[in-house]
Amino acid sequence: MKARTIGRHMRESFKSIRRNSWMTFASVSAVTVTLLLVGVFIVIMMNLNQLADSIENDVEIKVVADPAADKAVIEELVEKVRATPGILEVVYSSRDKELDKMIQSFGDELSLYKQSNPLGDALYVKAKDPQKTAAIAKKIDTYDYTYEVIYGEEKVEKLFNVLNTSRNVGLVLILALLFTAMFLISNTIRITIVARRKEIEIMKLVGATNNFVRIPFLLEGMWLGILGAIAPMLIITISYYKLYEHWEPKLQGELFQLLNTTPFIYQLNGLILFMGIFIGVWGSFMSVRKFLKV
Amino acid sequence: MIVMKNVYKKYPNGVVAANGINIEIDRGEFVYVVGPSGAGKSTFIKMMYREEAPTSGDIIINGINLATLRNKRIPYLRRQIGVVFQDFKLLPKLNVYENVAFALEVIEESPDEIRKKVNDVLALVGLTQKARMFPNELSGGEEQRVSIARSIVNVPKVVIADEPTGNLDPETSWEIMRIFEQINARGTTIVMATHNREIVNTIKHRVIAIEGGLITRDEYGGEYYEG
Repeated sequence: MKARTIGRHMRESFKSIRRNSWMTFASVSAVTVTLLLVGVFIVIMMNLNQLADSIENDVEIKVVADPAADKAVIEELVEKVRATPGILEVVYSSRDKELDKMIQSFGDELSLYKQSNPLGDALYVKAKDPQKTAAIAKKIDTYDYTYEVIYGEEKVEKLFNVLNTSRNVGLVLILALLFTAMFLISNTIRITIVARRKEIEIMKLVGATNNFVRIPFLLEGMWLGILGAIAPMLIITISYYKLYEHWEPKLQGELFQLLNTTPFIYQLNGLILFMGIFIGVWGSFMSVRKFLKV
Repeated sequence: MIVMKNVYKKYPNGVVAANGINIEIDRGEFVYVVGPSGAGKSTFIKMMYREEAPTSGDIIINGINLATLRNKRIPYLRRQIGVVFQDFKLLPKLNVYENVAFALEVIEESPDEIRKKVNDVLALVGLTQKARMFPNELSGGEEQRVSIARSIVNVPKVVIADEPTGNLDPETSWEIMRIFEQINARGTTIVMATHNREIVNTIKHRVIAIEGGLITRDEYGGEYYEG
């Protein structure tokens, strides 16, 4: 396509945006609201995911060996656990060390037990894939001479459930919003098409190609999408920076950390802009296909 | 130039507008298409610039078979055909010059070419002085001249006119016919559907009469009569 033609298409698309100012306003607002909600949802989901990741990575299996077992048996058990598929690392901690840890946590009274340590040797096991922790824990539990196998089973599973549910509900809402925005854009474009029906008829009559007829409308849809994306991008960027500035120092050392502003905010803005363009072009494409029959 | 072989057209509502049409029109001919309303004249005309596709049969224009022409290629066919309507079909917001230039802009001609061609064609139809005027400032005859200028600005090999004098008074109609004669004299084939008895009987050309979707008469230098 020639540069001159692109320029013409651009001018045409701007012209009809100005001409249908009310419909332009309505569809831009719809895109704005949609993208704002989508953006906020993504911010929340990404941060929750981050939390889930850090909890997941923190999950380990504690295998307590039978306190009655002798050293050779324990060594065998350690080897067996190490050989289990899907294991990232196994840290051995002797029964004396375990007792020291307890004394540190609960106080000197427990020193009494140094005479006859009731604890078993412990193995701290991490899975390569945190989601498989439960399966691995169950497998280890079947080995001989394990006294107890503990991991944060419920805590982890509950969290995953909550995350999945909110993700699904959010996705449905987002899809509904995206659909509404596309519908409004498609209506706006339809009005443009109707207003310019005669012009289109003549264009086709004198041999304009289908793309030549179509492109100004697709561009118009794209502008509506871009205009609608500006406010959400600004609002989310500014709010997230403020939020980050305020909370980040207070969350030092906590398990929950806010996602760093870079590259997250840039990626999110890119995504919002892309969605705006997509909604706009797709909405207008639907209309053009239906009403233009080029 | 234009060949129709066993052309049959049935609309979805069951109306048969072409019931086995066979015709051959040579390069540079001037042909009137006559017949009562609803006889299939408009369909005959519309099939030539592929506004309507035939249900069966072949239509060959300039070596292009319209029956097998892919939709994507239609614009390129139309660039070889000029079309003129009874209601002019001008864009009210564009002036005379712009209305004519529009036909070249949408096929992406260069601005220099556009300027040259539009000025030439406006001179041919005698509207150079009115180039900056808008359609609502023109008379019906002048509007039709703009529409003719637009149809020939791309130097098509065929001009198809559907009742071009239908909305005009007799005097203006003669004026329009004079322009068509001029275009025809340059070698352009002209196919014109008309109800104007006086014109057909005065400026003699080949007459094709259509009735009930069939060609009932095809005479060189024929007269206008119905039935």
